[in-house]
Amino acid sequence: MSGINADWKKMEDKNINYCVKMPLQKPEERIKNFSEVSLGLSFESALKEAKRCLQCKNPSCVKGCPVGINIPGFIKKIADNDLLSAVSVLKQKNNLPAVCGRVCPQENQCELHCILGKKGMPISIGYLERFAADWEMTNYSKPNGISGTEKTAVSHQKENACKIAVVGAGPAGLTCAADLAKKGYRVTLYESLHLPGGVLVYGIPEFRLPKSIVEQEVNYIKSLGVIIKTNFVIGKIKTADDLFKEGNKAIFIGTGAGLPRFPGIIGENLNGVYSANELLVRVNLMKAYMFPDYDTPVRIGKKVAVIGAGNVAVDSARVSLRLGAEEVSIVYRRSAEEMPARKEEIENAREEGVKFIMLAAPVRFIGNSAGELVSMECVRMRLAEPDSSGRKRPVRIEESNFLMDVDTAIIAIGQNPNPLFIKSVSGLTTGRQGNIIINGMTCATNITGIFAGGDITTGAATVIEAMGAGKKAAIAIDEYVKSLTGGNL
Amino acid sequence: MFKIIEKTVAAEGVHKFVILSPEIASAALPGQFVVVRLDEKGERIPLTIAETEPEKGVITLFVQEAGKTTKKMCLLNPGDFISDIAGPLGKPSEIEKYGTVICVGGGVGTAVIYPLAKALKSAGNRLIVILGARSKKFIILENEMKSIADEFYITTDDGSYGQKGLVTDVIKKLLSTGSQTFNIVYAIGPIVMMRAVSDTTAVHGVRTIVSLNPIMVDGTGMCGSCRVTVGGVTKFACVDGPDFDAHAVDWAELMNRSKFFKDKESLVVVGHKCRLEKDGR
Repeated sequence: MSGINADWKKMEDKNINYCVKMPLQKPEERIKNFSEVSLGLSFESALKEAKRCLQCKNPSCVKGCPVGINIPGFIKKIADNDLLSAVSVLKQKNNLPAVCGRVCPQENQCELHCILGKKGMPISIGYLERFAADWEMTNYSKPNGISGTEKTAVSHQKENACKIAVVGAGPAGLTCAADLAKKGYRVTLYESLHLPGGVLVYGIPEFRLPKSIVEQEVNYIKSLGVIIKTNFVIGKIKTADDLFKEGNKAIFIGTGAGLPRFPGIIGENLNGVYSANELLVRVNLMKAYMFPDYDTPVRIGKKVAVIGAGNVAVDSARVSLRLGAEEVSIVYRRSAEEMPARKEEIENAREEGVKFIMLAAPVRFIGNSAGELVSMECVRMRLAEPDSSGRKRPVRIEESNFLMDVDTAIIAIGQNPNPLFIKSVSGLTTGRQGNIIINGMTCATNITGIFAGGDITTGAATVIEAMGAGKKAAIAIDEYVKSLTGGNL
Repeated sequence: MFKIIEKTVAAEGVHKFVILSPEIASAALPGQFVVVRLDEKGERIPLTIAETEPEKGVITLFVQEAGKTTKKMCLLNPGDFISDIAGPLGKPSEIEKYGTVICVGGGVGTAVIYPLAKALKSAGNRLIVILGARSKKFIILENEMKSIADEFYITTDDGSYGQKGLVTDVIKKLLSTGSQTFNIVYAIGPIVMMRAVSDTTAVHGVRTIVSLNPIMVDGTGMCGSCRVTVGGVTKFACVDGPDFDAHAVDWAELMNRSKFFKDKESLVVVGHKCRLEKDGR
């Protein structure tokens, strides 16, 4: 307690109500392009923000970080204008800082716990993380992607070290693979798509997370010695047994929650009705926004309704605007308060002109004679008592149906765990939603040697939680392999 | 990167590619497909695996020039590389000893039904093969199919080869004579053809399986672009299929969804013919 009291005292000397502002592209400009909306902190403002940090002896911010970054440590280095060391501190725990600085919901994690936030504005930890990581990329990345701060990492690898297979190159798999490589294992990462990154490349749009940033972060992970095999559909081309037969001592499954849910209502297969995943895969992974320079087409009408209010829904709405839609509405069955998307992104979407229709849900899609969507029948909802998940349950208001003129509808009501690989592993215990059941402490599944983490175990969650799971699994896999080999890798 | 080993003209606008891909070659089963992306700016398109030679590490794909990607692919030659091939995808076809099987191949669909017909023959079925095309120059794999067939028919729309008319004319005749029992029909070709076969066999109550070819992006079940209604339920052709019970398929919806990007596609269709043909090789 005494440590915390001392921290509170120091607060008096700091400007607690000041908070750095992130410079943004203007709304009227940014809806015409796919360039990053937030432009990054200037050197001066980053230094000023870093100096606000109280350098708590018992930093509670760290407890809010799923991968346990030494937050005061890297901020101190920024304040001291030692950016190279700041990045080193970050990368001790986080293999993708430029990604996390951009897409983590810091307001519910590290920044929620920042002691300055109790009386004033918390430190903008995410902005600072991004600032340091971007600075390193600009100043220290080599053409081969190996960054100046991590040149020594590769030498950790031993020729005859144990092999580990990681399935799925999303945030969980990348983190697990990187951490295992840092421990000296020979890691092969299998990815079914043609690019690694998972949701970072196919889900989150360019204007929130530039793909060049993901590429550089993935190059860093390759520089640690991780072999990445793309176009490799594990489950179809190889089974878990094959991977063990090839000498892998353990398998980590990080295949995510990529299976889109549909509401199961009339007309959902009309032309003009997309899953958010399809829209986002076309636009982000296949660069359909650059059609016909890129070959993948995408079609967006004039009036777009996005069903759902998570980050995927907000991303879909903002993508639709940028593809030229005249009117984009988010239709959500609960109220604004319950929207699961990040506050910052909801605000950005509002500024860009996205409309929010709360307490409404579609009951059917209506098409014309050509089979194209022309309108959507919705019903009004009211909120009842909280359900088992603690959220207020939406209930239909009878005879409150209304029609919305829409020519495009994007379904963003969630994803289920991807069954493609797990179906091929006989005896694997899964839950009601098809998620893999794991031991929460070790990420171990019921099958010896197979571990899992991220959305495949939890259903759709956050990037940083998946990374936290990948990190935890890497520790458990290391212990497991050493228990097999008597302490050797 | 995947190297093209061989390329031959199979019919007008249809090319046969033999591609080095040892891992897919050893894992693939009849009925499965791959998703191909030619280059950095390319789109992902599904192509059925027509043949595999695991000992050589190669797979065979038949490509019909239809849009930008297939036309671009037909410009590639042996020694050239394809950036990405992912597979095998989809569920393998169900091969059993049914008894007497009718296999119907329409146009380039013949390439898709060929491995299936071979497997059905090996499983001890009596094989009736019906190939159909618009005209003689679009018939592919005639000799291969003939060599495994117990009964063999060819129809062309214009009567330039075999019997004039549609594959359904032959099916109708076979099913209505009542001289033999038909246990199952497999039909693979353009949607209109599969739909017509389905309508014909439904009248006689003969179980019919089709391999659907809706628009696909990832081919691994993550986008639902390829969704079809089968028996009133939404299915993803890439993971739940591509084979489905023809009599349960919502054909009107499938035809409709296949048209969705037509106006966009017309923007990029390049007005060239395959170089091979131009050179008259």
